[in-house]
Amino acid sequence: MTGTAQRVGQAIALLGVVALLGLLVWKVAFDREGGAAAQLGKGQPVAAPAFTLERLDRDGTLALDSLKGKAVVVNFWASWCVPCRDEAPVLQQTYERYRDRGLVVLGVDVNDFRQDARGFMERYGVTYPVVYDGKGSTVGKWGVRAFPETFFVDRSGKLVGERIAGAVDIERNRAAFERGVALALGEAP
Amino acid sequence: MKAAVATLVAVVALVGGATTAQAAPSPSDLEAELVCPTCKTTLDQSDAPVARRMKQIIRERLAAGATEAQIKAELVDQFGSGVLAEPPKSGLDLLAWIVPLGLVGLGAVGVGVIAWGWSRRRDAEPAAEEELDPALARRVDAELERFDE
Repeated sequence: MTGTAQRVGQAIALLGVVALLGLLVWKVAFDREGGAAAQLGKGQPVAAPAFTLERLDRDGTLALDSLKGKAVVVNFWASWCVPCRDEAPVLQQTYERYRDRGLVVLGVDVNDFRQDARGFMERYGVTYPVVYDGKGSTVGKWGVRAFPETFFVDRSGKLVGERIAGAVDIERNRAAFERGVALALGEAP
Repeated sequence: MKAAVATLVAVVALVGGATTAQAAPSPSDLEAELVCPTCKTTLDQSDAPVARRMKQIIRERLAAGATEAQIKAELVDQFGSGVLAEPPKSGLDLLAWIVPLGLVGLGAVGVGVIAWGWSRRRDAEPAAEEELDPALARRVDAELERFDE
C-alpha cells in the first residue's frame, strides 16, 4: 500500500508538470496576443476574424462571412465614446459614396447598451449595418485596444491597409483611411 | 393572553418589515457586485465612461422599483455573465466554483495519502539496531563494571 500511495503521489505530481508544460507550449505556439491587428502590424497576411452578431439596425444577425465579395470597413465603436461621435458622419458619407462600388461600412458596437447604441445611430443618421457585441467577444480576436478603431477587409476576406486607432476624420488618420478604403475596393494605385 | 399574542405578532411584523426594508439593495451594493466590461474592475472602483453609464442605469432602475436580481439579469443580457463580479452558481459558470475547490480537495487528499504512506512505512520498518563492534562492546562492558564498583 505504501508503494501504491507513493506511485499515486508521483503520478499526480507528473500530471501537474505535464499540464504546466502543455500550457506553456500552447501559449508559445498558438496564442495570438494582440489578435489580428498585431499580425496586420507585422505585415503578415491575415484573414478578418469571423463573427456572427445580432443586428442593431434591423432584426436578425449578420455574419462577416456573408459580406465576402464586398469591400468592408469594420468600425468598432460605442455610444459612450466621444471620438466615435466625431467620425460617425465621415463613415456615413463613405458608405453612401462607395456603396454602389461594393463597399459596406459595418459598425460593431462594443460594451454598450443597445438602447444607447440605437439612440446614437438615430442621432447621427447612421444607415449602414451595425451589429451588437455587448460582451466584447470580438475585441481579443481583432486586437482592438480602444474605441474607435477601424479595419479594412478586401473582397476575399483578408485584412488590408492599416488598423486605424482613433477617429478616422482626424488629420493624422485621414490618408490611412482613404488608402484603406481604396485597398479594400481593390482600387489602390 | 390574547393581548400578549397580538403584541408578539405586531413585533414580529415590525421586525420583519424592518428586515425587508434593510434588504432593499443600495446602488453602492450593486456597484460592488458588478464589473465594468472595459476595465474589468468593479463599478465602484471604475470611472470609465461605460461604468458611469451603468451606475446611472442602476440608479434609474432602482428608483423605478427594480430588484437586485432584475437589474443584474438586465445587465447580463447586455454585457454577458462576465459583468458579474462573482460567477453565477449555475450552468458552465458553476465550474468556476467547483474546479478550484475540487483542486484544493484533491491536493488535500493527495497530501493525506502521501503522509499516510510515509507514516505506515516508518511503522513497518523500525530502524534496525546497529550492532556494536565487539571490541567496543567489551570496552563498554568493562567501563560499566568499573563504574558499578
